[in-house]
Amino acid sequence: MAATVDARGLSCPQPVIMTLDEIKKGNEKEIIVLVDTDTSKENVIRAAESQGCRINEVSPEGEGYRIIFTKG
Amino acid sequence: MKGKNIFATRWGIIGVGACIGILASLLQKLGNPGNMGICVACFERDIAGALGLHRAGVVQYIRPEIIGFVLGSLIAAYMFKEYRPRVGSAPIVRFVLGVFAMIGALVFLGCPWRAVLRLAGGDANAILGLVGLTFGIWIGTLFLKNGFNLGRTQTTHTTVGWMLPLIMIGLFILMLIFPQVEGQDKSGELFYSLKGPGAMHAPLLLSLAVGLGIGFLAQRSRFCTMGAIRDTVLFGQTHLLSGFISLVVFAFLTNLILGQFKVGFAGQPVAHTQHIWNFAGMTLAGLAFALAGGCPGRQLFLSGEGDGDAAVFVLGMIVGAGFAHNFGLASSPNGVGPHGIAAVIIGLPVCLFIGFTMKKKSA
Repeated sequence: MAATVDARGLSCPQPVIMTLDEIKKGNEKEIIVLVDTDTSKENVIRAAESQGCRINEVSPEGEGYRIIFTKG
Repeated sequence: MKGKNIFATRWGIIGVGACIGILASLLQKLGNPGNMGICVACFERDIAGALGLHRAGVVQYIRPEIIGFVLGSLIAAYMFKEYRPRVGSAPIVRFVLGVFAMIGALVFLGCPWRAVLRLAGGDANAILGLVGLTFGIWIGTLFLKNGFNLGRTQTTHTTVGWMLPLIMIGLFILMLIFPQVEGQDKSGELFYSLKGPGAMHAPLLLSLAVGLGIGFLAQRSRFCTMGAIRDTVLFGQTHLLSGFISLVVFAFLTNLILGQFKVGFAGQPVAHTQHIWNFAGMTLAGLAFALAGGCPGRQLFLSGEGDGDAAVFVLGMIVGAGFAHNFGLASSPNGVGPHGIAAVIIGLPVCLFIGFTMKKKSA
């Protein structure tokens, strides 16, 4: 099971805060983050990579993006 | 035109910071006020003055740079399919934050952009402002860590995102209908300063072109001065900070070449030396920017890409400028205004109240 972080509609820096929270506190190895702007997509990927996570997939989802990564 | 966004890389943001630094210093050379090649707060204040929302005769001019920022960002957002009309994340709170952000900035006499441009011009008072800005943003990060947020936006009609860009186009048309007339303080319905910073400006079309260019680049790179400090304090993430530092370095080098660098506290252009209020004014502004999620420049760029809430913040700043000059809150080179200190003392608890009471519930 993957953990899902729904950061759609939230502006900077909320998506990053929620993503980092899940990386640090969550139990799941795989994390899915939903965002709705390109800025949030870039910020979430940058934050995940800085935590040593591996980005598996970035795909369009509805009006935004679905980012899937695994904790390092 | 999708694909990898090179402007969002480390070198991308450094390049954009460098461009802004160089262009700002050049605008000063071409006529903009001292250490004010670009100042989002001051320029929105000048717009408020040109429209007669305040009657401070020395700061009245519709600044084409601001128009360019919004429209440049709009063009970039459409070109790269990033235009996304959205609204509904506590607009009235953003309006109030915009008002107090402007009041705080006008107590210091500059937004974060101008704070670093003042530093790059040798104005040591800017150090107090930047320390205050950082302190205010740091307070904001404490709220963010405790779950502060303004709530989610909703996707909306394209038209909603077009409102601020259309207002900007309207302002530009007003400038064409009522152009500046040499020696006259009014042309049609628009006010034009005859002296003071409002009378100092680069040629209209050049200012507009630079504004469009910076708006375009800043939309692509997500350049944000408040975010630069916030991300460093909050996450140890220095991506945006590298752009901010690049702006200072390149503005400084350009100032050196152009002979615009003069170190000191006293006698700096459009600045005062009341250290405590330089610090406290920017603390208020920094906290308001942090709670609203962007520096005044970033709010303009977000407005251009369809963010109606950022547009409300911008309108809050313009109205705040009206209050600031009508009620004697804004500083001048002689020092703080008669009620500037009271305004800062009122603004800080208002922002703290917002910070303490708007938590979680984002689900």
